Amino acid sequence: MSRFRQLPEVNAGSMADIAFLLLIFFLVTASIPTDEGLHRITPPKENRTTAEIKDRNLFELNLNRTGELMVEGETTPFSELRKMVKAFIDNGGILPGNSGYCSYCAGTGDALLSENPQKAIIALRVPREADYSVYVTVQNELQGAYNELRNEVSITLYGATFEEMKEEYNKGGVVTERKEVLQRKIKKIQEMYPQKILEISTSNF
Amino acid sequence: MAKFAKKKDGDLPAVSTASLPDIVFMLLFFFMTVTTMKDSSLLVQNTLPNASEIKKLEKKDRVIYIYVGKPTREYQSVYGTEPKIQLNDKFASVGEVGSYILAERAKKPQELQNVLTTALKVDKNANMGLISDIKQELRKVNALKVNYTTYEGNAFNNLQ
Repeated sequence: MSRFRQLPEVNAGSMADIAFLLLIFFLVTASIPTDEGLHRITPPKENRTTAEIKDRNLFELNLNRTGELMVEGETTPFSELRKMVKAFIDNGGILPGNSGYCSYCAGTGDALLSENPQKAIIALRVPREADYSVYVTVQNELQGAYNELRNEVSITLYGATFEEMKEEYNKGGVVTERKEVLQRKIKKIQEMYPQKILEISTSNF
Repeated sequence: MAKFAKKKDGDLPAVSTASLPDIVFMLLFFFMTVTTMKDSSLLVQNTLPNASEIKKLEKKDRVIYIYVGKPTREYQSVYGTEPKIQLNDKFASVGEVGSYILAERAKKPQELQNVLTTALKVDKNANMGLISDIKQELRKVNALKVNYTTYEGNAFNNLQ
């Protein structure tokens, strides 16, 4: 009758202990990654050239060391910045028919703001004493302004936001033809709203 | 009737712990998937600022990290309280950033050397002077893709 004898059950009680050990090991050695942030392309090493930039095409941002923001010579709250930057870039200050006319700009055509997004340059002056966190806030707002403009034009042209297209482009498993189409669209929009940010580090006192 | 032996009353059956390993393993796998190994221990305080317009750093192997912040408490007696740069596991001066980037770049495979991003993990209380010095160094070695690593959140919280 030995065939029907029950096999002794393996004691699984210590399995939990082993798993706990592993768990604690991972808790100690691991950290939840924060790998998100603002992407920036810095300009290449200086090859000093002087270029005539019309005053209307230059949007001056000044930070001071106490963390206040001055836009075109006036103190401005940070919450206004994004709106002002958008208005500046998307101004479209050239009348239809003239060269440099911006057909997709939704701005008011103000005579003091930029001619077209290709010419619009943002100059950011940051003193050495300023806090990094304030700088990040300004960068965030600038990025936000560009993102909003790009998304708006992208929706009207292609029916998808700029970010969605970029996401699809970076995702694996996209067919090559689709990738090429996306790349062309992304490039088109980047050319419509190029990011031109000039950063100047100053030591003011 | 003898087949159904009567249970002795008053004897509580033991709670089965057989599912405990399963639960713990589930936790273990959760932590294994959402976390990564620390590659270098932080010598500096590193509370990142918040930003909302953030993008994920997609591929780990294309990133070079630079940490900036005040030395943590145990190092303050030696290194002071001024913000410092940390490269790998050491404090470094601004001048060493360029050679560090070049060394890290040389370690990466050939096809990735042109697409590297430098992630600046900078404490929110650091000042911009140090950052712009680092950026100048990065420009010298042509490391132009920079990522200011931040937490996701409202950027205006930084101002308080």
